[in-house]
Amino acid sequence: MTYMPPEYGHLLPRPFSIFSADREKGEVSILFEVRGRGTALLAGMRQGAPVKLLGPLGAGFPALQPDSLLVAGGVGLAPLAFLAASTEQRRTLVYGARTAKQLVCSPAELGLPNLTVVEATEDGSRGKRGTVTDILPGLLPGSRALFACGPQRMLAAVKGQALQAGVPAWISLEERMACGIGACLGCAVQTSGGYRRICRDGPVFPAGEVLFND
Amino acid sequence: MIKPDLRVNLCGIGLESPVLAASGPFGYGHEYLERVDCSALGAIVVKGISAQPWAGNPPPRLAETASGMLNSIGLQNPGLERFLAEDLPLLKGAAPRIIVNIVGCDIDEYADVAAGLDGAEGVDGLEINISCPNLKAGGVAFGTDPAVTYRVVSAVRRQTALPLLVKLSPNVTDIKVIARAAEEAGADGISLINTLSGMLIDTETGRPLLGNTFGGLSGPAVLPAALRMAWQAAEAVDIPLLAMGGITSAEDALQFIMAGARAVAVGTGLFYDPELPGKIVRGLAGYMEEHNINTLGQIEGIARRGGYANG
Ligand SMILES: Cc1cc2nc3c(=O)[nH]c(=O)nc-3n(C[C@H](O)[C@H](O)[C@H](O)COP(=O)(O)OP(=O)(O)OC[C@H]3O[C@@H](n4cnc5c(N)ncnc54)[C@H](O)[C@@H]3O)c2cc1C
Ligand SMILES: Cc1cc2nc3c(=O)[nH]c(=O)nc-3n(C[C@H](O)[C@H](O)[C@H](O)COP(=O)(O)O)c2cc1C
Ligand code: FES
Repeated sequence: MTYMPPEYGHLLPRPFSIFSADREKGEVSILFEVRGRGTALLAGMRQGAPVKLLGPLGAGFPALQPDSLLVAGGVGLAPLAFLAASTEQRRTLVYGARTAKQLVCSPAELGLPNLTVVEATEDGSRGKRGTVTDILPGLLPGSRALFACGPQRMLAAVKGQALQAGVPAWISLEERMACGIGACLGCAVQTSGGYRRICRDGPVFPAGEVLFND
Repeated sequence: MIKPDLRVNLCGIGLESPVLAASGPFGYGHEYLERVDCSALGAIVVKGISAQPWAGNPPPRLAETASGMLNSIGLQNPGLERFLAEDLPLLKGAAPRIIVNIVGCDIDEYADVAAGLDGAEGVDGLEINISCPNLKAGGVAFGTDPAVTYRVVSAVRRQTALPLLVKLSPNVTDIKVIARAAEEAGADGISLINTLSGMLIDTETGRPLLGNTFGGLSGPAVLPAALRMAWQAAEAVDIPLLAMGGITSAEDALQFIMAGARAVAVGTGLFYDPELPGKIVRGLAGYMEEHNINTLGQIEGIARRGGYANG
């Protein structure tokens, strides 16, 4: 959770995934997209300005296995880049967005060994034309696990594809948050086990447990 | 040199600090106690407990508003039995004082929860949330009718000797008659305000933003309304007030105390800054030193008595 400086008025803290971490230096970075007021304020802060964080929070992705398939939509790349950096095993990242502009980070910038990157844009402005779900059918058969983060519509489709292919899948969800630590019950998602808290029980859930309403 | 004494007695509950965690935002406390220094809190008012577990409302349950927020959690809670078995043991010892907020969908449920909590070790008091929809009366909140308020509070009163606060809904025409009904039914104190009913519409989808359509407004946006109601409740009853609604600073807390509150609670403010209670307590102590005030009793309700003599 990222607290907004008080001089900006009263704003709830905003949740972000860890994009990269340097344990020795005690540094973390986030990758974010400007969506509304809070992210616009963060983007406009001067370099070096302090930002108060609370974290890490919640339950992240389980450890990567060889031949894992990582699926990211847009800024959903953040937690998957972090996951991809946790190992040097062979793994594939499918990275999609509507246009090239929304592919916020080029694979070369990640600089990760043994990582295959497949890019897709809906308008074909970079990588393959189409969505990540057009690409997955070709990759799922050789994969042992799938990990995904992105817009809810994408996650719902990816869940269906992974379940159908019999590949165990984990997805990272989003919801508006207030406390970020599991106290207020504001960030509920419907699962096969009832409402669960995205901030504390997740944000990563086994895909089969999440009940999407659309 | 003045040494400010911040202790207060809230209807028989001795508090080391006049700043409490409001029911709801703080959950059952352990999540915050694990991560944040909560030593400045006089008590924790835990989230509403019903007899049976309640599932809560469909998401989205939260939305930010101008200087505030809407929530429609729907009083999701694990029910009395699990609260006693799982949550209370984690709180005991870790929390300063524990006040349990109780909810029900009919009068019997309120009474059952109160009976189950009476005598539970570690529970210092009860707070009845009468903003719940009364299912037998078509979902109208109990706390909007003085006669129904009287019946709920007396039913609970019969089940417990614990200090009993009644938390009023602000969604009423005249807060004074409800406060009086609660006092007459045997309440030891009044808490106010709960959230103001509200809603938002998502103009991209053309649908209400909250899964439940309506939610409760809280945060700085409600402070002037809350302060007005605290002032009126203080006028209507003789029992102590626990006041809340948009408090994010010592200055805010002082205003409620000067309107007549014995103690204050913070809810939404904890989201903006989990360290807020400590900041308020330090701010209050600083104010008392500056103004030569030994105890908060000296300024409780002072705005109703014409203010400082030399002000
Ligand atoms: C666990 C988690 C991890 C996240 N990681 C990242 C990340 O790494 N990078 C990134 O750019 N974003 C991430 N997000 C989303 C990010 O929190 C929201 O984009 C941000 O809070 C929007 O704030 P705002 O003030 O700019 O927008 P607002 O003005 O609050 O809202 C603008 C729009 O964004 C939507 N929105 C607001 N809050 C959220 C939310 N919490 N989740 C989803 N939609 C929201 C609103 O419905 C609205 O349509 C994450 C969210 C969660 C829950
Ligand atoms: C997320 C959230 C959950 C709440 N849950 C409860 C509850 O379970 N019972 C209750 O009596 N009040 C509940 N409230 C109301 C608060 O206790 C408080 O009365 C109100 O929010 C005003 O104070 P504030 O502006 O400091 O938040 C809740 C408020 C919020 C924001
Ligand atoms: S944001 Fe409060 S429980 Fe998740």
